[in-house]
Amino acid sequence: MKKTIQECLKERILIIDGAMGTMIQQHKLEEADFRNERFKDYHKDVKGNNDLLSITQPAIIIGIHKEYLEAGADILETNTFSSTSIAQADYDMQSLAYELNLASAKCARIAADAYTAMNPDKPRFVAGAIGPLNKTLSLSPDVNNPGFRAVTFDEVADAYTEQITALVEGGVDVLLIETIFDTLNAKAAIYAAKKYFRSTGIPELPIMISGTITDASGRTLSGQTLEAFYVSIMHAKPLSVGLNCALGAQEMRPHIEELSAIASCATSAYPNAGLPNAFGEYDEQPHETAHIIEEWAANGWLNIVGGCCGTTPAHIKHIADEVAKFQPRLLPILEEAL
Amino acid sequence: MIEQTHIKPFLRLSGLEPLIVRPETNFVNVGERTNVTGSKKFARLIRAGQYEEALSVARQQVENGAQVLDVNMDDAMLEGVEAMTTFLNLVQAEPDIARIPIMIDSSKFTIIEAGLKCVQGRCIVNSISMKEGEEKFIEQAFICKSYGAAIIVMAFDEVGQADTKARKIEICSRAYKILTEQVGYDPQDIIFDPNIFAIATGIEEHNNYAVDFIEATREIKRLMPLAKISGGVSNMSFSFRGNDHVREAMHAVFLYYTIQAGMDMGIVNAGQLVVYDEIEPTLKQLCEDVILNRNNDNNESTEKLIQFAETVKAKGKETVKDERWRDDTVEKRMSHALVNGITDYIDVDTEEARQKYPKPLDVIEGPLMDGMNIVGDLFGAGKMFLPQVVKSARVMKKAVAVLTPFIEAEKEEKRLAHLAAGTVNEEGAGAAKILLATVKGDVHDIGKNIVGVVLGCNGYDIIDLGVMVSADKILSEAKKHNVDIIGLSGLITPSLDEMVHIGKEMTRLKMDLPLLIGGATTSRMHTAVKIAPEYGNGVVHVLDASRSVTVAGSLLNKETKPEFLKTIHTEYAKLKADFANKKSAKQYLTFPDAQKNSFAIDWANFTPVKPTFTGTKLFDNYPLVEIAEYIDWQPFFIAWELHGKFPAILTDEVVGKEATKLYNDAKKLLKQIIDEKWLVAQGAVGFWPATKTAPDTVTLTNKESTINLEFLRQQIKKAPGQPNLSLADFIAPSTVNQQDYLGAFSVTIKGIEPHIKRFDDALDDYNKITLQALADRFAEAFAEVLHKKTRLEYWGYMQEEHLTNEQLIKEEYLGIRPAPGYPACPDHTEKYKLFELLGGEEATGIFLTESLAMYPASSVCGWFFAHPDSKYFGVGKIEKDQLDNYTERKQMSMDEMTRWLRPILE
Repeated sequence: MKKTIQECLKERILIIDGAMGTMIQQHKLEEADFRNERFKDYHKDVKGNNDLLSITQPAIIIGIHKEYLEAGADILETNTFSSTSIAQADYDMQSLAYELNLASAKCARIAADAYTAMNPDKPRFVAGAIGPLNKTLSLSPDVNNPGFRAVTFDEVADAYTEQITALVEGGVDVLLIETIFDTLNAKAAIYAAKKYFRSTGIPELPIMISGTITDASGRTLSGQTLEAFYVSIMHAKPLSVGLNCALGAQEMRPHIEELSAIASCATSAYPNAGLPNAFGEYDEQPHETAHIIEEWAANGWLNIVGGCCGTTPAHIKHIADEVAKFQPRLLPILEEAL
Repeated sequence: MIEQTHIKPFLRLSGLEPLIVRPETNFVNVGERTNVTGSKKFARLIRAGQYEEALSVARQQVENGAQVLDVNMDDAMLEGVEAMTTFLNLVQAEPDIARIPIMIDSSKFTIIEAGLKCVQGRCIVNSISMKEGEEKFIEQAFICKSYGAAIIVMAFDEVGQADTKARKIEICSRAYKILTEQVGYDPQDIIFDPNIFAIATGIEEHNNYAVDFIEATREIKRLMPLAKISGGVSNMSFSFRGNDHVREAMHAVFLYYTIQAGMDMGIVNAGQLVVYDEIEPTLKQLCEDVILNRNNDNNESTEKLIQFAETVKAKGKETVKDERWRDDTVEKRMSHALVNGITDYIDVDTEEARQKYPKPLDVIEGPLMDGMNIVGDLFGAGKMFLPQVVKSARVMKKAVAVLTPFIEAEKEEKRLAHLAAGTVNEEGAGAAKILLATVKGDVHDIGKNIVGVVLGCNGYDIIDLGVMVSADKILSEAKKHNVDIIGLSGLITPSLDEMVHIGKEMTRLKMDLPLLIGGATTSRMHTAVKIAPEYGNGVVHVLDASRSVTVAGSLLNKETKPEFLKTIHTEYAKLKADFANKKSAKQYLTFPDAQKNSFAIDWANFTPVKPTFTGTKLFDNYPLVEIAEYIDWQPFFIAWELHGKFPAILTDEVVGKEATKLYNDAKKLLKQIIDEKWLVAQGAVGFWPATKTAPDTVTLTNKESTINLEFLRQQIKKAPGQPNLSLADFIAPSTVNQQDYLGAFSVTIKGIEPHIKRFDDALDDYNKITLQALADRFAEAFAEVLHKKTRLEYWGYMQEEHLTNEQLIKEEYLGIRPAPGYPACPDHTEKYKLFELLGGEEATGIFLTESLAMYPASSVCGWFFAHPDSKYFGVGKIEKDQLDNYTERKQMSMDEMTRWLRPILE
């Protein structure tokens, strides 16, 4: 019987994988590669729809997953950041949302199971990645009409329900609601997940939550402070809460410190490889990222760590090596009286 | 070894910021005014679709100290789901409101769920209950839980609403068990409302309702210590509606006992809470008897309270002076005098305290500062308003004046002692010093005076340099006095440039003091875009006097300062970036195209009316009593930072009481000003033949000579069919065979200086600021009077006119009176021509400063346009081609023109 993720979290700091997009870019794929046989006559360009590769180029996706597993990742994220009917509308592929999630979940499952079989003492887990959408529930896209919303809560919840259904059927171990810049979108995802498990009777999978602090103000794009964000999602009773994207490790440090002091669940962090340079590229070297994160682990702030935009298997390997020396953050004692 | 954190089961809520309800939180105020069932005003605004104004109700609640905002849209006239969605979506776009958590309040669950779908923060649902059975209750609880909301559960079941202690406990216990065991609610997220019912209704069964609530609260908290208790407090005193004095006392007494029993939060009018200890003893006793149902056989206590209430009613607003506080200790008396703004005994009390304490300074640092701290806290919590604070400041100043000679004498003694002993005097590092000044060229100082008083009340030493102070003087005085902060004020647009200049100077002189910016013409945007980039050591825009305290506090605390400045810096950088982005978004016409799209008047079918005279008519002492009838009071209250429509503000639930007091005081002073002829109203009106000789030029004939008035034209691209306006469009052009006319006027209120000095000497900022604000009102009202007489009599283009003062304030008259320097003609330098036409300083009584502010400060001037289609507008931003053309027409240098027009240049 393989160990559960909860059991592993008590033993060590778990490693989550790095960027998918950065790795896909290295394959220099062209429009024809994205389309492959099945979409060769599709009416729109699909280059850039990375999630589609789980259907058209599954070998590449499985290959990237394996590189991260080789580097030491315990948790793989499915290639489903934009696999909702709302986000896929950009490519007119909203009807493919279900299939995309199913295919991506399978790619990650195949890779993870292969590595678990090789070393059952280090079981690998698949996290179904639920991205933030390109439309937000708390912000108006029209500056002259602050009360306007481009999408409704119900539409968002429906899109997430479809995604969650396919991810669960594809066999993921946990759900990961990530890169949250509008907390209300995340609340719709939580709502969809809770409702899905309650109405199907399927045992609840753990939920990981990862927000995004967008700039030096220390707030989310929708204006919440870190603690307000945490309070707003804690009803999910998440397995972990953390931060990813937008900031490099350097800039993320004070927020991780704060989160570690207030979160009653496990904490996670997967920063970008520094801040992008003038060309939008990430320069921070693997040992540099790892060096900053090492200190967090030494301070006992972390349970799960990895990388976001610009990070590579080399980054993950360096991070994994550095944090292996340290004990995971102890979960807080939840008192029962005031 | 790394320590394990402990997390307590607090109720945690959030808006943009978290609200953690800890035992020491004591009591959470839930703002009740954004409720259509409780606030007539809010209901009216929502029904009329005036959501913008409805937002200001919410904002006021937050400003008055509400920690959670109750929103209720249950009204038969409203589409509840839609109203809730619209309002909450708008609230989310207002960071100063969205900061606090929302309580979604409805008796319809569909409305509650619609609300939950709009709010990113952690809300409270108000409320669900078991009145329709367990099944429905459980279903609704599950839904609330999936949105992460805390819930208020009303003590209501299939049988009915709980009225007795036993029923309340029974229902709450049953609901608790279901929620924690079947739904999986965390106990700290459950809030019970055990029903607050009206007491003292005359019906004996109602007499024990408050006791039932208090005792049930205590027992529920004992059985379920993590659960919370809430309730709508004002229900309890419902039978005394219309008698706020008694109701407020009842609420205070009731809360005193319920909070002791464990009540955690309540829906209250945050601005209207009285302090339990401050209730007059007789009334307090009566309230306690009624609330605790003591001595109440045959409604005895109830009758007594009703009788008392009637005496209060009969007396109206006139309350008897209660002198019992005089029996207390000297410290308590001083504190009472400060909080209540009573100067009657402060001299005697201060002297008594001086003899009691070892050193005179101890009296300031002890009882006086203690009292002022209470004032500061109450003001900060929205429980006191600006006029009250200024009165408190007066008491403080009077007390300090009594002590000053003794402090000076002691200092001198010490100095001599040091001198004799050959030692160095190292004392004297006192309170933080703040320098305030109205910048060069500007004469307005009401706002600055108010900021000075408020900061003074909070223990800062204020150095007020007055008005028209040069940069050089401000900065050298700042160095000389070694101040900690510089605050600049200004009302007219050229002052903005002067502030930028001061910022540059501070950089050049390598100063490191924070710079505060305030005054009517200033804005956060201007500060961020223009001033902050010039000075790197902290520039902060301060919206009003009440904000100045927290800003100064944050800046003077070494620990908070870097973080505060960092936050401001980030915010301003973002504003600046937003500004840069927005700028490019607007489209402009070329100047020739804008001129082509002018406002077309059908001159062939319009004959301009000839004024009854040309040249000028002067008024050197216009009767004040006549002017007073035209006063617009609303800006007067705004000067005092009391916002609201007049006269509704006098009965406003939050500020009404203070507004009424202020209004009565102002009326009294107004009568004195008129009776004792303190002020003189001087005015001038003139008319001249006028012709539009170029698209934006109007030529006047004054006696033998001509004078060209130059106007600016809107250049922004308009919707099809909308003209690009210039004031010149309202004057008949030379191409038509019509003789048109244009008028001008100026008014000023003279003679304020000796009275200001007298109030200054009496340390009476309250009357000083009231007098200044009244003089401003006189000037505006005088302009209104002369405009009306112009329409009906001097120019006579109106045969008759039946407009109320309110309609005049709303500008419902025909013809306009725009002022140079204001939106329709933003070039201040045209004032030179206006005053020359009217006969200069001698005829008008007005002197122009280098920034073209008018002195005396209470002055107004403007042009008269008579055409019925003429209207007020704003020129808005103009492009380089118009600037070039205008500069040429004005025959001024490009540098100078750019300086004057900077606010409308990109």
